[in-house]
Amino acid sequence: MSSLFEKIWENHIVYTPKNNKSINSGSSLLYIDRHLIHEVTSPQAFEGLRTNGRRVRRPDLTFATMDHNVPTTERNLPIVDQISENQIRTLRENCNEFGINLYDLDHPNQGIVHVIGPELGITLPGTTIVCGDSHTATHGAFGAFAFGIGTSEVEHVLATQCLWLTKPKDIAINFVGRPKNTHAISSKDMILSLIRKIGIGGGKGAVLEYQGEIIKSLSMEQRMTICNMSIEAGARAGLIVPDDETFNYLRDREHSPKGEIYEKMVDHWRENLITDNNAKFDRIIDIDIKNLAPQVSWGTNPSMTVDVTEAVPSPDEFAKGNEDEKNAAIRALEYMKLKPGTPITDIHIDRVFIGSCTNSRLEDLIEASIVVKGKKVSGKVRALIVPGSQMVKFQAEKLGLDKIFRESGFEWRDSGCSMCLGMNPDILSPGERCASTSNRNFEGRQGKGGITHLVSPIMAAAAAIEGHFVDVRELI
Amino acid sequence: MKPFNKFESKFIPFPFVNVDTDQIIPKQFLKLTQKTGFGKYLFYDWRYEEDGQPKKDFILNKSQYVNRQILLTLDNFGSGSSREHAVWALSDYGFKAIISTSFADIFYSNCIKNGLLPITLPKPQINYLFQNKDLSVEIDLDNQEIKLMENSIHKKFKFQIEKSKKMMLIAGLDEIGMTLQLDSEITKYEKNNITCLV
Ligand code: SF4
Repeated sequence: MSSLFEKIWENHIVYTPKNNKSINSGSSLLYIDRHLIHEVTSPQAFEGLRTNGRRVRRPDLTFATMDHNVPTTERNLPIVDQISENQIRTLRENCNEFGINLYDLDHPNQGIVHVIGPELGITLPGTTIVCGDSHTATHGAFGAFAFGIGTSEVEHVLATQCLWLTKPKDIAINFVGRPKNTHAISSKDMILSLIRKIGIGGGKGAVLEYQGEIIKSLSMEQRMTICNMSIEAGARAGLIVPDDETFNYLRDREHSPKGEIYEKMVDHWRENLITDNNAKFDRIIDIDIKNLAPQVSWGTNPSMTVDVTEAVPSPDEFAKGNEDEKNAAIRALEYMKLKPGTPITDIHIDRVFIGSCTNSRLEDLIEASIVVKGKKVSGKVRALIVPGSQMVKFQAEKLGLDKIFRESGFEWRDSGCSMCLGMNPDILSPGERCASTSNRNFEGRQGKGGITHLVSPIMAAAAAIEGHFVDVRELI
Repeated sequence: MKPFNKFESKFIPFPFVNVDTDQIIPKQFLKLTQKTGFGKYLFYDWRYEEDGQPKKDFILNKSQYVNRQILLTLDNFGSGSSREHAVWALSDYGFKAIISTSFADIFYSNCIKNGLLPITLPKPQINYLFQNKDLSVEIDLDNQEIKLMENSIHKKFKFQIEKSKKMMLIAGLDEIGMTLQLDSEITKYEKNNITCLV
C-alpha cells in the first residue's frame, strides 16, 4: 500500500548503494525526466561543465527559457541593464553550445519556466522534474515529483541526468469542506491558510500531498497555485494525484505524447498514479476550509497572514508564546510600517502586481478582469499585469482582457517574473505598499524597502479599484 | 571542493529566525555569472547604508566579530529561494560552518555541495552558545562534535549529520565525477524506462 509519491520515487531509482560504507549510503540515485533551466541559476553550472570537459547527457530532456531578468516592455529594443543582458546572452550561448532547446526572449512560447512547463506538455504525470528554482513544486499539480535545486545540482543533472537524494517524508494535507463562496475564495487563500497554520517550516523535509474533495474540483491552474507555494511551507515538493482534469489539460500540448500513445499513457497513469487507500503517511494534517475567508499577508513571511476581515495582530497574538517568533513579528511590523489592531481593510496601497508563477495564468487574469471590468483603478494606485507566458498573453488578448485591463488603468506587459522578485526594472520604490499575487513577502523582495502583501488575483484586482484592501466577497 | 578539516574559531551570534536567502544575498547580485566574489554582498541590505557605508550597528560590521568563521543563528535559516549564491556569499565572506536549530532543505544541500558545514543543535545548546558568545569552539566534523574552549571546563556538543554528507565534506569529493562512474547503471535505467518525450 503506497502513496503516489512512493510510487514515483521507486520508479526512478537508478541505484542505491548496498554497502553502508559507501559514500552515498542512505541516499539513492534518482533519474530526472525533465530538467528546466533559466538564466539566473545556470551560468555557473555550464561553466563547471566546461572546466571539467563534460557534456550535457540528455539535451533532449532539458528545456530552457529566460524569465527572471527579462524586460516586460519594449522587447524589440536592446536590454538597457548590461549585466542582465550578459546573463541572458550567456544562457543563449550555453544552449547553443550544448544543444539545448531554448525558448528565447522573442519566442511565442517564452514565459516563466513554471508556467511554460505545463503549458507545453513538458510536465507530465509520474515524472521527476527539477529546476534551479524553488517554485518547481508547481509541477506537482500534475502528479509529478518536482522540486527546486541549487546550481551545483543543476550541474549534476546536466552531466548525469540524475541526482542523489535522501527520501523525503510524506505528509498528507487534507482540505476538509468547501468554502461558502467559491468564486471569491481561491486556491491562493487555501494555500495561504495552510502556511498560516503549519508555519513556514511546517513542511520541512517533506512532500505534501494535497487531498480532499475540493482538490478534485479545482482546475489545473488552481492546483498549480497550491503546489507552487508548497515551498513557502518549507516543503520539498507538493503533489496532487492526477485525474481526468489533468489528462485533458495535457492532451495535444506541444511536447505531450500524441494520439494513441497518449491515450495508452492515460490508461497507465489512471491505473498506477494513485495513492492507495491505506497508504501510510508520516503525518496527516486536516485543514478546515468551510469558513475560509480571503487571506492577506501582513508581515515579512507568508505565515504572517490573516483573514481580510481581521486586523493586524500584535506580536504576542502572532507568536503564541514563542519568543523568537515574537521578535520576528516586531521586526516585521516595523518593516511593514503597520500597527497592531489596524483593520486589514484600512490598509491603503500604492501598487498592484498581478503576475508571477503563482498567479499569472489565464484563469487568474479572467477572474481579475471580472472584478475590474467597467471600473477604474484608484487614482492613487499604479497597477501592473504581467502574464505568466507569452501564450497566456496571446490567449488573454484573444478574449479581449487586455482591453478591459487597459481601460481600467492597468499596465499590460510582456511575460516574465517581473515584480515578483524585481530583477528587471519592475520594482517597488522604498516605502511603496503593494498588493501582490506573488508568493514571497520577504523584506525587499519586490524592491529595497518595498512593502508586499500577498493576496489572490481577485483580491489584488479589487484593491486596485478601491485603493485599499476589501473583502472581495462583497463584490462577487 | 576543498576537503573539510577541523578548525577553531569564535562565532558570530545572529539571533534571527527564518532568515531567507533574499536577505543573505539580494537579487541584484544574482546577475553575475561566476561563483566567486559574492562575500562583499552578503546581507547587503542589512549591512550597508544607502550610500554604501557599513551600518555601524549591524553585527557583521562590529570590530569584535571580524574574521570569525562560524555563524550562530536560529530556526529555519536559508529559507525561500534556492539561490546557491547565498552559500557562495557566506563561504566567500569566510564562514566555514553555520550552527542553527534548523535549516531550509535546499539551502542545507547547497551548503554541503560547497564545503560549508551546516550544524543542527537543540535549542538549549544554541541558547547556551548565545549566552557565551565569546567562546572559542573547535569544530570536529570527523567526530561530529563541537568542543567549547572554556577556561578549564571542557564541554562537548555532539551533532548529527548524514553519513554520506559527512564523507562528501571530509573528502572534498567531486560528486559528478563519482556519479559518472555509475554510467552503466544510468544507461541501463534509460533503456528500461521511457522518458515520455516526443
Ligand atoms: S515568478 Fe517569482 S517565484 Fe516564480 S520563478 Fe519567477 S521569481 Fe521565482
